[in-house]
Amino acid sequence: MENNQLTQQTVQDLLPQRFGKKGMIWTGILILLSAFGAFAYFLQLRDGLVVTSMRDYVSWGIYISNFVFFVAISLVGSLITAVFRLVDVHWSTPLTRIAEIIAVSAIVFASIIIVVDMGRPDRFYNLLLYGRLQSPIIWDVIVISTYFIISLLLLYFPLLPDIKFLLNAKNSATKKWNGFYRAIGSFWKDKPEQIRISNRAISILCITIIPVAFSIHTVTSWLFATTYRPGWDSTNFGAYFISGAFLVGSGAVLVAMYVFRSAYHLEKYITEQHFDKMSRIVVLLALLYAYFNINEYLVPAFKMKKPEEAHLTELFTGEFAPLFWFAILAGMAVPIMILLFKLGRKPLPAFIAGVMVVVGAWFKRYLIVTPTLLHPFLPMHDVPKNYLHYFPSWQEWAIAIGSLAGALLVITFFARIFPIIPIQETLIEQHEKAA
Amino acid sequence: MQNLDNSRRDFLAAGITAGLTALGCNNSNDVFTPDDSTVKASGKKVKLLSSDGEIIEVDEAFLKPIPEMPPVSNDVARLGIAGKKFVMVIDLSRCKNLKKCQSACNHVHHVHSDQNWIKVYPMQDAEKTAPYWQPTTCMHCDEPPCVKVCPVDATFKRKDGIVLIDSDRCIGCRFCMAACPYSTRVFNWEKPEMPQELADKPYSCESSVPQKKGTVGKCDFCPDMVREGSLPHCVSACPNGVFSFGDMNEDSVTNGSETFQFSELIRDKAGYRLMEDLGTKPSVYYLPPVNRNFPFESGMEQERERESAVRKS
Repeated sequence: MENNQLTQQTVQDLLPQRFGKKGMIWTGILILLSAFGAFAYFLQLRDGLVVTSMRDYVSWGIYISNFVFFVAISLVGSLITAVFRLVDVHWSTPLTRIAEIIAVSAIVFASIIIVVDMGRPDRFYNLLLYGRLQSPIIWDVIVISTYFIISLLLLYFPLLPDIKFLLNAKNSATKKWNGFYRAIGSFWKDKPEQIRISNRAISILCITIIPVAFSIHTVTSWLFATTYRPGWDSTNFGAYFISGAFLVGSGAVLVAMYVFRSAYHLEKYITEQHFDKMSRIVVLLALLYAYFNINEYLVPAFKMKKPEEAHLTELFTGEFAPLFWFAILAGMAVPIMILLFKLGRKPLPAFIAGVMVVVGAWFKRYLIVTPTLLHPFLPMHDVPKNYLHYFPSWQEWAIAIGSLAGALLVITFFARIFPIIPIQETLIEQHEKAA
Repeated sequence: MQNLDNSRRDFLAAGITAGLTALGCNNSNDVFTPDDSTVKASGKKVKLLSSDGEIIEVDEAFLKPIPEMPPVSNDVARLGIAGKKFVMVIDLSRCKNLKKCQSACNHVHHVHSDQNWIKVYPMQDAEKTAPYWQPTTCMHCDEPPCVKVCPVDATFKRKDGIVLIDSDRCIGCRFCMAACPYSTRVFNWEKPEMPQELADKPYSCESSVPQKKGTVGKCDFCPDMVREGSLPHCVSACPNGVFSFGDMNEDSVTNGSETFQFSELIRDKAGYRLMEDLGTKPSVYYLPPVNRNFPFESGMEQERERESAVRKS
């Protein structure tokens, strides 16, 4: 009887709730930012990429760094859902859906932002008509679409058992979506056979998503590493990108945990223990990323080959130095220092450290893309002055910020429609604990 | 292409020579006997070099304008000219940064002067070494990094060695620009400026016009001229004979007034290629800036003019 009451209470706690005033304001701001980004993109479509600050030397700008950021952050889905599951980590259960919706939303916006960067988005179909397997862009198209499908399934299959709770819910916070729930999940009847197939499918997906996740970010790093340019011509790039990706994704999970916990009052489900454990993971990943950074910068800096020298001095002491040291400090050093202490692993400081990791990571991607392009092998010459520098135009900012807002909007809507913490799995764990 | 061909003809005095080359391929016994018997000799003779190397004199009235050749289809343009392997030699000892190459190229291809396909760099390799002017075209690499990375085969390598762009296929990802170590590629960030009549023409891979918004452009070695038996525009525009162009299989290159045996030229003058260590195998060779025709400083005036023009714009 008591058990039944606990179950009912849990279901009630975890079902989606109506947004309060804060939630409405948050959603409104995101919609405005996304709409403004869409407007800026309309201008870009009309006038061409001339509305950006990119020119013939800096031919890739914040669209590309934003793309790398999205791909990076999406890797966390595979870490929390797949890696943890395979190594039998159970404490992460309440975090799996958060990680997976971050993954799906980020990978969708990675695809959108790469289309935004194209000079001829109207010819996207050429990738299918004339695609050549030797180009790393085609590899990216293949692995990203594969990753998107696997991530979507990894979000969907564990959601199926929760749909019956949504359909049976007595409160009406989600009543208007009942038709949608029925369409995607009314066939789920908790039959042993269904559970068996679903578990099996999830296991297969968890195994396959790991190499695919490694592929998406390795291939993304190869967009740079397959060129000759100083700062990109590195065999360290794949591992460097992967480690950075797991770090920023975990940072994002820390942030999302805190936000959902306070907004939905989930203190019982996302506990201080979760923050403690997730923080330790962030420290580990930050140390790992720092290790690859040292490899990436120290080895060429030791030799100071001429083309590398111009690039590295610009980062260490030149025009990009403030941003570079900000990215190193905010993205790695300070979060490590905060999270090494027990007090730092409490929800609020962990949240702050998570925000720093994510913001630092965004600028880090910018520093990977742009400064290299300002140091070509032949000196920059015979071009107007504005070709020699790069600072994103307002349209680029509007589109980049709009895409980030759009990704958050997808996560926000998802949390409004679906339980952000898996109900069924939480119940099973409660039963196991009770028994 | 009518308009374009005309503008080219005005621009290029080489049309007549080209006509002769075309006639030289004719099978009739005496190519200089007019088909039309009504043509009367004017008495004014022109000296020409025959295909077997003899200097011959031909009456001016018997010279025929070259026939209008429609541009080849883009499918044919992908194959290249059979049996040829084009090569360029740039003699740095002759360059004084006049930039006639650049203006000719920009004019013909309707390239904006902010986005030159040909650049002339003031180079100084080390603090104590001598400065020199270095014109760069597309290197038409035999291992082209741009072609390797293109996801849609919009930029391609032909059998005759030329690397071209199909602007009707390019998706504008700009990966080729990142991949090219010679910074030779430019991007049409906005709608390129050109007469509407020209902009409405279908794109030709061999003439690289009309350039299209949102796609990449670069030096193309003027294969449309080469197909007609003429030299690329930069070669014929240079008054100092800096550029020589030719066929590696014939082992000869010419700057229009002098013809060299390619292998001999490269051997005797210690020719080299840019960034050999990258393994891109360029088709453009450089002759070192020794025994120069002009001091480096003679090119500075041009440079200052350009800089002040840039400042105004």
